[in-house]
Amino acid sequence: MNHPYWVAFSAIVYKEVRRFMRIWMQTLLPPAITMVLYFIIFGNLIGSRIGTMDGYDYMQFIVPGLIMMTVITNSYGNVSSSFFSNKFQKSIEELMVSPVPNWIILLGFVVGGVTRGLACGLIVTVLSLWFTDLQVHNAFVTLSVILLTAVVFATAGLINAIFATKFDDVTIVPTFILTPLTYLGGVFYSVSLLPEVWQWVSKLNPILYMVNTFRYGIIGHSDIPVLAAYGMLLMFTGLLMSWALYLLHTGRGLRS
Amino acid sequence: MTKALEIQQLRKVYDNGFVALKGIDLSVEEGDFFALLGPNGAGKSTTLGIVSSLVNKGEGKVFVCGYDLDTQREAVKRSLGVVPQEFNFNSFEKVQDIIVQQAGYYGLKRKLAEARSETYLKQLDLWDKRDVPARMLSGGMKRRLMIARALVHEPRMLILDEPTAGVDIEIRRSMWAFLKRINKQGTTIILTTHYLEEAESLCRNIAIIDNGEIVAQAPTKTLLKGKQRSTYVVDVRGTLTIAPELEGFNSRLVDEHSIEFDLTREQTLNEVFALLQAKGLEVTSIRPKTNRLEELFVDLTTNSKQEADA
Repeated sequence: MNHPYWVAFSAIVYKEVRRFMRIWMQTLLPPAITMVLYFIIFGNLIGSRIGTMDGYDYMQFIVPGLIMMTVITNSYGNVSSSFFSNKFQKSIEELMVSPVPNWIILLGFVVGGVTRGLACGLIVTVLSLWFTDLQVHNAFVTLSVILLTAVVFATAGLINAIFATKFDDVTIVPTFILTPLTYLGGVFYSVSLLPEVWQWVSKLNPILYMVNTFRYGIIGHSDIPVLAAYGMLLMFTGLLMSWALYLLHTGRGLRS
Repeated sequence: MTKALEIQQLRKVYDNGFVALKGIDLSVEEGDFFALLGPNGAGKSTTLGIVSSLVNKGEGKVFVCGYDLDTQREAVKRSLGVVPQEFNFNSFEKVQDIIVQQAGYYGLKRKLAEARSETYLKQLDLWDKRDVPARMLSGGMKRRLMIARALVHEPRMLILDEPTAGVDIEIRRSMWAFLKRINKQGTTIILTTHYLEEAESLCRNIAIIDNGEIVAQAPTKTLLKGKQRSTYVVDVRGTLTIAPELEGFNSRLVDEHSIEFDLTREQTLNEVFALLQAKGLEVTSIRPKTNRLEELFVDLTTNSKQEADA
């Protein structure tokens, strides 16, 4: 592939992947340690007392959600921190002066974030095999949902970084929005346990759809319709990509 | 012949209402070595920022090597190499990686990018630092790294925003020699600098911008010829307590061994020497008070400020 756009895209992805591989102690190791703790404490110690959830062993039930949580956090965090660091050090100007179209810049950073998200997800999946047997119920759903989710959150991370003016700004969204939505997104429980009104409120949380659909792919059980999840994922992908492209086009936070 | 840069009625108002450019016109021939001079805040970096796509364009037109910035931005960017005023690379990356990475953005495949980076790093005396993280480089090396990075795609025009700021005189002179060489090979160079000696010795054409307006644009030699007044300092043997009166000249005492005087275009140094000799003063040396271009620059920018104040 010799097309200049392909070369530019590869250059951005290569840089992004090399960045998170170089600092693997900050990027790949922490989710592995955190999730092993989750598996031990929630899955083994507390889970053995909880028994089953919707007819599934508790460990089996939470593993898909925890993998998804890892992918979401790392896809988002990779792009938001990398893009903001580029802004902060002004090295983003290397891209701004070069003939790389905005959609290549967007794709390059998103693929970098998706790669880290999936790499962390894979590490956590492998570690989970020490604690439970994972049998993939539907490989297409499993892979497509995790990929689309990573794309959505990597794009959201880029938007966060575009608006951010200081390092605090790239931690506000993960701390105050992403983490609560993930914890309330059915990672640790089935929404069918909630009172009806809270079930309805939970259905406004997009992460609930992602977690449940991924769980469907792995164990074959979901609290919500799988097609609705695809609809939501595709809608968010389209909306966020368009917004990110618009922001890059106008130079928001990059050009005065 | 296509102009390397053509700016027509370029106007820029920042979001805070500051009018940085008030409709400037600028024209740079292909192959030129051109200086854009002006005091801090005059509009130099805004102008070059717009040309380099680092600042959003306001009203007006910009053409680079014949390409319209509004409709052919990608071709404009391919024609340009940009060396900004501030360091703008990832300081944790290694020197050669920074250049190879940038080459990738221009569509250069890795093998070619590595070969080009070797060429320019060698030419700029940075080859032995290729595996060093950029943060470990001295200020002068960082500036040269940015020049190598800007040249890796071999642009037709190189923009340098204060390339030798904070660089020692030896490295500055070696950078001048390098820039002259690549200009001779056909690359158009536009630079801004506060070292007017640099502009005078390197650039064939000069524009002076002040307060968002171009106050002068001409060949360097023509501009200097048009200078109305020069100030010289003479050192004399013996001790002076007051400045000797030199008929027709405005003379001032600098210290007990030196006086300075203004010389208009119609007057000659011979007249001054004759007057000093008549007063029994023996001249041991003479020098211009400041760089000639510096005097012209001060005259033009002061006039512009006075007109603006009026």
